[in-house]
Amino acid sequence: MPLLDRNGLAEDPFTRVETTDIEGLGPVIVPWAHHEAALARRGDNQPVGVEIPNTVSVAELRPVLDRFALVAVQFPSFADGRGFSLARQIRREGFAGTLRAAGPLIADQFADALNCGFDQVEIPEDLASRQPPEHWRRALAAISSIYQRGYGEGASILDQRRAARLREASDGR
Amino acid sequence: MAAPKRPPLPVILLANDLLDGDVVFHTGRGWSRDPADAAVARDDAAAAALEAVAEAEMAANRVIDAYVVDVELAADGRPVPRHYRERFKTLGPSHRPDLGKQAEFARK
Amino acid sequence: MYRYDEFDERFVRERVAQFRDQVARRLEGALTEEEFRPLRLKNGLYLQLHAYMLRIAIPYGTLSSRQMRQLAMIADRWDRGYGHFTTRQNIQFNWPKLRDVPDILDALADVEMHCIQTSGNCIRNVTADHFAGVAADEVEDPRPTAELIRQWSSLHPEFVWLPRKFKIAVTGAAHDRAAIRVHDIGLRILRHPETREIGYEVIVGGGLGRTPMIGKVIRDFLPKEELLAYLEAIMRVYNLEGRRDNKFKARVKILVHEIGTEEFIRRVEEEYARLDGPSINADPEEVARIAAYFAPPPYETLPVRSHQLSVQRGLDPAFARWVDTNTFPHRVAGYAAVTISLKPVGRAPGDITSDQMRVVADLADRYSFGEIRATHSQNLVLAHVRQDDLHGLWQALGEADLASANVGLVTDIIACPGLDYCALATARSIPIAQAISRRFQDPARQREIGPLQIKISGCINACGHHHVGHIGILGLEKKGIENYQITLGGDATETAALGERLGPGIDADQVPDAIERIVGVYLRERTEGEEFIATVRRIGLEPFKRAFEAQGAGELADAAA
Repeated sequence: MPLLDRNGLAEDPFTRVETTDIEGLGPVIVPWAHHEAALARRGDNQPVGVEIPNTVSVAELRPVLDRFALVAVQFPSFADGRGFSLARQIRREGFAGTLRAAGPLIADQFADALNCGFDQVEIPEDLASRQPPEHWRRALAAISSIYQRGYGEGASILDQRRAARLREASDGR
Repeated sequence: MAAPKRPPLPVILLANDLLDGDVVFHTGRGWSRDPADAAVARDDAAAAALEAVAEAEMAANRVIDAYVVDVELAADGRPVPRHYRERFKTLGPSHRPDLGKQAEFARK
Repeated sequence: MYRYDEFDERFVRERVAQFRDQVARRLEGALTEEEFRPLRLKNGLYLQLHAYMLRIAIPYGTLSSRQMRQLAMIADRWDRGYGHFTTRQNIQFNWPKLRDVPDILDALADVEMHCIQTSGNCIRNVTADHFAGVAADEVEDPRPTAELIRQWSSLHPEFVWLPRKFKIAVTGAAHDRAAIRVHDIGLRILRHPETREIGYEVIVGGGLGRTPMIGKVIRDFLPKEELLAYLEAIMRVYNLEGRRDNKFKARVKILVHEIGTEEFIRRVEEEYARLDGPSINADPEEVARIAAYFAPPPYETLPVRSHQLSVQRGLDPAFARWVDTNTFPHRVAGYAAVTISLKPVGRAPGDITSDQMRVVADLADRYSFGEIRATHSQNLVLAHVRQDDLHGLWQALGEADLASANVGLVTDIIACPGLDYCALATARSIPIAQAISRRFQDPARQREIGPLQIKISGCINACGHHHVGHIGILGLEKKGIENYQITLGGDATETAALGERLGPGIDADQVPDAIERIVGVYLRERTEGEEFIATVRRIGLEPFKRAFEAQGAGELADAAA
């Protein structure tokens, strides 16, 4: 299924597998239900990702999080926003791997997903055919700064105001 | 998925125009803003045809919230929805007779 | 009042362009109606019975004369020459066309207004005490807090796809005019009893609708500077754990109820302990920057009592009556806050014509530093009027049919739009309000009855706040006919209570008689100076139930005769 990151369409090096027999398969994504067995059977340096329902709590993830190269959070519907909060919590735990939002997200949620800590979204084919990468690029650029501090890479409006105050203070001297 | 239960016959098809929001009625050939123009389906085949129109027209992004409603026929043959909710859709706000279809399409 | 800086300006302009693009993508089919619907709702655009409806945010109910004139322009150019003030201090237009909405949003942005999050499953427009900055019992003006929350909640990356809508109200006064106990989050600004430091009492899980509940205090005292981080903790717990399997059980009140207040507090505090507060909260300079916009206007130094006012009162009893009902004491000597009633007898509560909007704007400029407030009871307020000017203001209002002397009285009825406009409604509200106000139109009788809040909702969603009306009326459908349930004893203030049903539902034409009988019991039973709600509390529901049932029996007898 099509994968998008902030630069547009992206290649997906990971393969989804439903079994725990993952040796020699290269980078794989396993279901949450199989993650313990998969981790036990991974090859040396084999990147293993896990796909989780959005009902898995960060407390359940915490003990194993750093062993995954990728975490894919399922979005059962674009209107179900649990994944956004889960992404925040996963990043707060220090997870440095790839964080993927998987499901029928719409282009208008792209910026929110990235700002909450996702690196990429994986969307169904039919949705991608209605909403081509150009729409996602445009939606991403729609709002240049947000108010909330601590979301995304750009400076928030509150931080930009603070910076402006500091500049004024130093200019005034 | 089972088809939603259709109201009793006869029925008309109404919707809101996607761009304008105005209530529109299917005439059998297209949409009219005048409730008097609504095509009345008196049998299951005609009602099913209206339901097919509803699906197609929503899919074509011309209307939204399209559905069939059961009607009575007034003395002059005009269809009048049986339920008060849909009756208001053919009229307008009840406390503002100067607004809505009741004003626009007032009958002599 | 608050003015946009360059960042706010750019943000709102970009939001308009974003919506314009969303509309274009809807029309070309890139967005399905199912996808577009929440996007348009989050921008205040509903589909109602007859047309679209656009709900415009009036953050914490404060607007300028310039903004009011722009609303009048929009009403004339793109709508039908009138607007409707809602029970959440917003205004809505009932006839916009989708094709025009991006242009309307641009016109709003021209005067620093928007429709962001006036609907949808997100944090809605923040409401506040309409006498903010005026009331003598105020610890601190709630509007800077509300403005901070407005900015923080706008297009929040994490909290725009919540299980359900989320409403926040703020008050800074001891007497609660913002109904904070029936909001998802209610904030009361207070001083710490020992340190005297300013902070918030945090109440969560109040709400009306299908399952009305009074909110629970989850923090007695939250230091002021910790507000945003603490809100983030609450929202995260709700976003992750609020129910999504049933929209009628999706509000935070249900989560609090199902897991219990103690457990909810534990989860919020656990989340709060894990997040990095200083990286989230606004710095004190930002809070001060916002607060500076709400500095008191340049009042004149005036005597406490206006001689002119006393003379005019004596000369003109109608004026004196209006002063008695429609003014509120101002903390500054020689001033009064004036409530402009949008409840003339026989009209739709909260409706205002474009001409009236312009009159209000002009009078605000002339008499009240150009500032206007919208109240949750669907009236307007000019907050800072010199007492010397009250007579002139009253005369000018009278010429525009805006001088009804009924604030807080039986004809000052709150009503949602009901089935005359709303696609969700099960029955009409406005004609019920009209019939009651006609029945009780005699001004002397209204004053004799005294303070009495009637609140009418046209469906179980309770936009008309019927649960917290002294008398509540809920319109439902029964066997294809509109049917109305009457409740008694509700209260939206610091003594918040939910009304109880008097008996079985009644037909629309029976409602005025039912209200008449309820009022009759009150007039018979009240003690000297006792207000309606106090009598209900003292004597209980039984005497009212008996009168209500007697009406039903009487009508059966009539029908049999």
